[in-house]
Amino acid sequence: MKPAPFAYVRAQSVAEVFDHLEAHGDDARLLAGGQSLIATLALRLSAPALLVDINSLASLRFIERRGEAVVIGALTRYCDIENDPIVAQFVPLLAQAIPHIAHPAIRNRGTIGGSLAFADPAAELPACMVALEATLVVAGRAGERRIAADDFYQGMYATALGAGEMLVRIEIPAARANTRARLMEFSRRHGDYAIVGLAANGLLHPGGGFEELHLVFFGCGERPVRAAHAEALVLGAPGLPSHARLREAMAADLDPQSDLQAGPDTRRHLAAVLAGRALATMNRQ
Amino acid sequence: MSTLTPNPAAREVLITLQVNGATVTRAVEPRTHLTDFLREDLGLTGSHVGCEHGVCGACTVRLDGAIVRGCLVLAVQADGARVETIEGVTASGEIADLQEAFVCRNALQCGFCTPGMLICAAELLEKKPQAGRDEIREFISGNYCRCTGYEAIVDAIETTAAGRRKG
Repeated sequence: MKPAPFAYVRAQSVAEVFDHLEAHGDDARLLAGGQSLIATLALRLSAPALLVDINSLASLRFIERRGEAVVIGALTRYCDIENDPIVAQFVPLLAQAIPHIAHPAIRNRGTIGGSLAFADPAAELPACMVALEATLVVAGRAGERRIAADDFYQGMYATALGAGEMLVRIEIPAARANTRARLMEFSRRHGDYAIVGLAANGLLHPGGGFEELHLVFFGCGERPVRAAHAEALVLGAPGLPSHARLREAMAADLDPQSDLQAGPDTRRHLAAVLAGRALATMNRQ
Repeated sequence: MSTLTPNPAAREVLITLQVNGATVTRAVEPRTHLTDFLREDLGLTGSHVGCEHGVCGACTVRLDGAIVRGCLVLAVQADGARVETIEGVTASGEIADLQEAFVCRNALQCGFCTPGMLICAAELLEKKPQAGRDEIREFISGNYCRCTGYEAIVDAIETTAAGRRKG
């Protein structure tokens, strides 16, 4: 299908973006990589009056180590992240996640900020940011706000971004020597959205087991879902929990939707399988 | 800062870009995606319009040297950019060996997916010349072929990679 008509501007500065957002409110949409937005336009799932193309804002495309954090500009493309040595060393969870996202032609174009702001509950990156305890920095006319990833996601495609604001960069705590990360997902084919996915990030305890652990599922609810009971189960015992125990924890942690691919019980089962496999490999690394 | 007209569809935008080495200037509606522009405005019908929402890969072209979905990029976004299509890479001869291998291995039947498949495979051959069959399958997983079952396509890409390694 063809999109409904819209007007187009290519913003040359962040200030100009604020001008457009202020002038047009909800009628304007930001165009970053466009790999979700242009598809939704083609399907006429959305019909904004104005697209504000932010691809010329080169200052939002960077990956840097700043102190104990890795800072990534919102316009950084998946292909930049996929091949970046800083990410490979200091954000292994993100490095593992990128190859799961769609296909090379889409990764050449899609951006981290676009994915995070779109807030698709089945997408990898929002869950990674929650698991990494990343901070999302949004900017508006009044200045910047720093929002913890866990607070940023408020529901299906719903975020803490306010009117007139845009996501500008992401700050991720750099991995330490005992950080262990694992991204795993079940999908029918490579590049598909996951039926169930897991972003796991934790710190190994010198004496064995984990001293810190985040298990965050995607494709399992309206937003990235942290499995608090499963985390407590792992942190509270020396060895790794059995599948049966993880399965029990998932019953308390997850309330997944039913769709053509799987029902809630199947998803909880798969979540427990993923958690078991992820923990076993993280513990071994 | 520009202002909206009451009928934004009427407001065409003038773009200038390089397509297969030639500079072209045209007025386009903002909603026109790159593949429609290439096919309808420039007559370059080698890039195919399949699903039009980024799933099938038949519209794959190069934008500033990297493969993209032509249906997920607007023509206005290509203003100032360099675009290469199957017509361009065929004329330059840069994938002649790959095309030869596709013929030899029967890696196409109806041919609808072939231009996108070739441009995708060309990037794989350039970026990952050592790729094995699994990596090849993963790389082309975003390009659908409904005829061959992929085996012959993987054969053709593998053959080409081996040929280039020998030199």
